[in-house]
Amino acid sequence: MKFTQMLLASAAIAAAAIPTATFAQTEDARIALSNNYAGNSWRQAMLTSWETVTAPAVDEGIVAAADAFTTAENQATEQAAQIQNLILQGYDAIVVNAASPTALNGAVREACDAGVTVVSFDGVVTEPCAWRIAVDFQQMGRDQVAYLAQRLPDGGNLLEIRGLAGVFVDDEIHAGITAGVEANSQFDVVGSVNGDWAQDVAQRAVAGLLPSLPEIDGVVTQGGDGYGAAQAIEAAGRDIPIIIMGNRQDEMAWWRDQRDANGYETISLSIAPGVSTLAFWVAQQILAGEEVPQDLVVPFLTVTQDTLDEALETTPEGGVANVEYSLEDAQAVIAAAQ
Amino acid sequence: MRRLVSADALRVLVPAMSLAVLLGAVFYLQPRTMSYTGLNLLFNLAVPIALATLAQMLIMAVNDLDLSMGAFVSFAACVTATFLQSAPLLGLLILAAAVAVYAGLGVIIHLRNLPAIVVTLGMSFVWSGLAVLILPSPGGAAPEWIRAIMTVRPPFAPMAIVASVLIAVIAHLIVMRSSLGVVLRGVGGNRRSVERAGWSVVRVRAMTYALAAVFAILAGISLVGLTTAADANIAMRYTLLSIAGVILGGGEFVGGRVSPIGAVIGALTLTLAASFLSFLRISPDWQIGAQGAILILVLAIRLVLNRRENKEKRA
Repeated sequence: MKFTQMLLASAAIAAAAIPTATFAQTEDARIALSNNYAGNSWRQAMLTSWETVTAPAVDEGIVAAADAFTTAENQATEQAAQIQNLILQGYDAIVVNAASPTALNGAVREACDAGVTVVSFDGVVTEPCAWRIAVDFQQMGRDQVAYLAQRLPDGGNLLEIRGLAGVFVDDEIHAGITAGVEANSQFDVVGSVNGDWAQDVAQRAVAGLLPSLPEIDGVVTQGGDGYGAAQAIEAAGRDIPIIIMGNRQDEMAWWRDQRDANGYETISLSIAPGVSTLAFWVAQQILAGEEVPQDLVVPFLTVTQDTLDEALETTPEGGVANVEYSLEDAQAVIAAAQ
Repeated sequence: MRRLVSADALRVLVPAMSLAVLLGAVFYLQPRTMSYTGLNLLFNLAVPIALATLAQMLIMAVNDLDLSMGAFVSFAACVTATFLQSAPLLGLLILAAAVAVYAGLGVIIHLRNLPAIVVTLGMSFVWSGLAVLILPSPGGAAPEWIRAIMTVRPPFAPMAIVASVLIAVIAHLIVMRSSLGVVLRGVGGNRRSVERAGWSVVRVRAMTYALAAVFAILAGISLVGLTTAADANIAMRYTLLSIAGVILGGGEFVGGRVSPIGAVIGALTLTLAASFLSFLRISPDWQIGAQGAILILVLAIRLVLNRRENKEKRA
């Protein structure tokens, strides 16, 4: 019994290693999600989206399995070990949200060598054999300053709230904001704090810095920190500047309350957690033998004054504004990149 | 006088048995691991952990604790992926300076009678800061030679196993057989008597710290060899992993009672425990707890055996 299992397993490995010229079906394919962190609302929504989209796909027999794995400690070395375990478990494709763009490259290389398809998204990996579904985070930074430039033609003082130091996403958004401020010289960044993409951390950090700052006209953020910043500024008794939001439910709810009370206007943008489902369909398409470019770009989700109510309605308490992707969406993204 | 196993042998025997049991369980759960490639995938990330565990073990042998291990290994990894790759001479110089700093720490801790926990905790921020300065955003590249070493495919046994055995043997020779090893364990066991015997405890401590730094740097270099690039936070979890590895491998917090072979086995066991839980498909919310439960189980077995042994000694 065990022996036959082993025989089957080795046969499966051998079969996976033989490139088939025929159009491959994916009903026997098993896809795993390797996720490095689940400790905030964005990641929770990401995992829920994965579940909602992949469960019917498994039921309909499009793929054999789509299991999600999350590492406990959000550490690159732990995720590298996790990916190596997934190779051993015989998955045909691994969809990765990576703890580090570079520190997983060794493990990703091992996966490619074993014939496993690797698709990274959000936190992408730089290993050339993997696919990347990236968000143009720099554009996200530039768009924030562009919006402020349109609202405040005379410019003013900006407070920048950054993410987790040393993480690639933080560097990218910051670079975009810096580029935006350079292009719009009427703005000055007068202060910068690390909000770690968390409301409580952002609130503490902003409250600590505020006394040393002049009048603030705008707050550029990275998502997950806008509400905390608003709380800190309110508590200090200052006028509320234009705070760019990041699609979190509490941020949008605060924005709505302010709008209803005094006509407050701003904009909110972030990457939709449902991008995990886009990655799932891209992996499925690659396994089905489709030609897919290695680098794909996913647009970020923007909530404006007009779409605020609609976005709030569909976002659960404590959640993030979200969209889930279908096979057709994935095909459109792939076609756009070709 | 009837003793079936000596205390030292027992110190290694319990961890070795835990490793064997876990390995059996993993083989049963996932037969694919029972191959050359499978074993390598299962254990290759344990090699840097084993080296970091040995570094921690050296510090623990003189009754200290290094809370900067993870940050220091990350720092070494960043140096490896940048300077050691582009300007090997400068890279070696930086790493040598880091070893000197470690030796200096040993001296300061000894002379000023400072708690090592506090000093190393402070140093962890220094190493982290330096790592971010060297590599502000993740990247760099592994030097060709270390990539070659870490991906070599020796005959009979995969690299991960060969490297672990080699590391264990070398560490055993240094700590258990060399005269420095005897004295450094003596400092942990009974500092006074070592002093009275005419040894300079300051020098021994400095050398112990320097040796630990060498092992930690090797951990950083081998880690980059596996990952191909570095990241300023790459090895943060090594601080606690290395301490757990030493304890799991039969070491103790005080008294100079350590076992290099046990420490390597401890590191392998920790790595394997994580894979085991992942193959069992335990939810990540429970994984840290389950890992802790495995640790406590092994320690409980050791405690029971130790107690029985003590009883036999008294009898």
